Amino acid sequence: MNAVLEVTGIKKNFGGISAVDGVSFDVREGEILGLIGPNGCGKSTLFNCILGQLTPSGGEVKLDGKLVTGLRPAELNKLGVSRTFQLLQVFPKLSVRENLILAGQEHQGNMASRLVGRSDAGLTEAANQMIGFFKLDHLADEPAGGLSYGQQKLLDAAMAFMGGPRLVLLDEPAGGVNPSMLADLKDRLVAINREKNATFVVIEHNMEFVMSLCSRVMVMAEGKVLAMGRPDEVRKNPAVIEAYLGH
Amino acid sequence: MSAFAKPLKIALGLAVIAGLIIVPMNFNRYGLFILSQWAVMAIAAMGLNLTLGYAGQVSLAQGAFVGIGAYAAAIMTTHGWPLPVAVVVAIALSFAVGWVLGYPALRVQHHYLAFVTLAFSTLAFLVFRNESWLTGGIYGISNIPRPHILGIATSKPLPFYYVCLGSLAIVSLAVWWLIRSPWGRAFMALRENPLRAQSLGIDTKRYTLMAFAIGSALGGVAGALYAPLTQYIDPVPFNLSLSLDLLMMVIVGGAGFYFGPFLGAMIAVLLPEWLRFTEGYYLMLYAVAVMLLLIWSPTGILGILDRYLAERRTKAASALRAVAKSRLETVQ
Repeated sequence: MNAVLEVTGIKKNFGGISAVDGVSFDVREGEILGLIGPNGCGKSTLFNCILGQLTPSGGEVKLDGKLVTGLRPAELNKLGVSRTFQLLQVFPKLSVRENLILAGQEHQGNMASRLVGRSDAGLTEAANQMIGFFKLDHLADEPAGGLSYGQQKLLDAAMAFMGGPRLVLLDEPAGGVNPSMLADLKDRLVAINREKNATFVVIEHNMEFVMSLCSRVMVMAEGKVLAMGRPDEVRKNPAVIEAYLGH
Repeated sequence: MSAFAKPLKIALGLAVIAGLIIVPMNFNRYGLFILSQWAVMAIAAMGLNLTLGYAGQVSLAQGAFVGIGAYAAAIMTTHGWPLPVAVVVAIALSFAVGWVLGYPALRVQHHYLAFVTLAFSTLAFLVFRNESWLTGGIYGISNIPRPHILGIATSKPLPFYYVCLGSLAIVSLAVWWLIRSPWGRAFMALRENPLRAQSLGIDTKRYTLMAFAIGSALGGVAGALYAPLTQYIDPVPFNLSLSLDLLMMVIVGGAGFYFGPFLGAMIAVLLPEWLRFTEGYYLMLYAVAVMLLLIWSPTGILGILDRYLAERRTKAASALRAVAKSRLETVQ
């Protein structure tokens, strides 16, 4: 299978601390890769380095075999790489629908056509579909800031899918989401993964969620890759049990 | 929303427009001057509302852009150029300078950005005052002509008031279009959450610069009308206090609300006139009124209306839910 994302020797130092210390892995087309590890092991920093939110101190990132290290987040997004955030990152004063329209608008036309052309051109339609897909219908016209935590998490995920991304990096999508909503979220992710052929990398602490969703799991500890493999292999790995899962 | 809300809004809008056209016909020279000033300041405040209210970029330099526009128009029209050409030059000039002033916003925000723009404001004032070969220095530029529009002389107060009002109408339509376009949404994304905006492919750098440039360009338009309105300009009206006045118009009217600048400019320009009968106290009363308003509603006058409408919507929604619930129970 082709690798959508190839990460080679990524390093990130903050002062004397090396938060990510030479991480290499690849993500195969269409897979859901889980990324687990103790708090502070560098998972989110790794995401930020891949996504151009931080400049890595070393190493490279390739998307479909092309070097994309150092591209800005907006440029990467235009190449089909999208993300969700660990902490809520929506546009609080805009309605749910407007949030989703915003999430899709930069993927069509150019600056000039976005000013003078028809401002919507199917975006409202696409946003409404996404609202239906994530069962946010009754909240479509509410300001996003007024939604519950779990609902905002769903919106955050929905926004990441608006531009029709090929690769989505999800940072703790299950955090703070209640069990019934979580089952829904998992269904949605699996559906998008299969139907839209989108590839996911998922950071998550909820083991049940990770183990049932992901085809492979990568474990990080202290900025390094500790293990990589199928969920059942990783679960039995003594080093992983020692560092993260506990006895 | 009720079915007649939209026609009602349109009728109200038309009534206001008709009022602005018809009522001033029997105003005296001074009344027309004040009203023209309102139109000009509303244009400048709309520009600042775009930069600050929609895109969330603090600027204490809008007054300087009014100055740039005013000097461009004054210099050109006293050298025989027609005003419309001068307006285009004023727009281009303040757009370009505004674009450059946007660069600091890519690095600093909030109070720090306010200081950067404040320094620019001072710089512009010094240029107006000291470069007397161009600006006439402290003596300013006098005998600024009013234009002929479609062959009609606008040197009298009423026709020139219509020039100001017409310009306000054009700018209002343009801004309405802009904020409803994807650009407007992108500006709000800058204000609400630039981090999220970036990850959604929104080129925050380009939109930030655009927000500054377009907002500043509207300041330039206002200035290009201000010069022929007063027919004499010197550096004093374009010092920092104009920037602060414009900031106050935006905040008092309601930053980020389309109609905020119209109201804010009305209060800033007209209220001092209405309070004039109190003689020495009017500025104090004015200051107290502004303070009380902002304590009551930090989001400005339109913020009060917005809260009221939001409450009504919530009540209506919970009433609907209650009805739906009781129906469900009846069915069961």
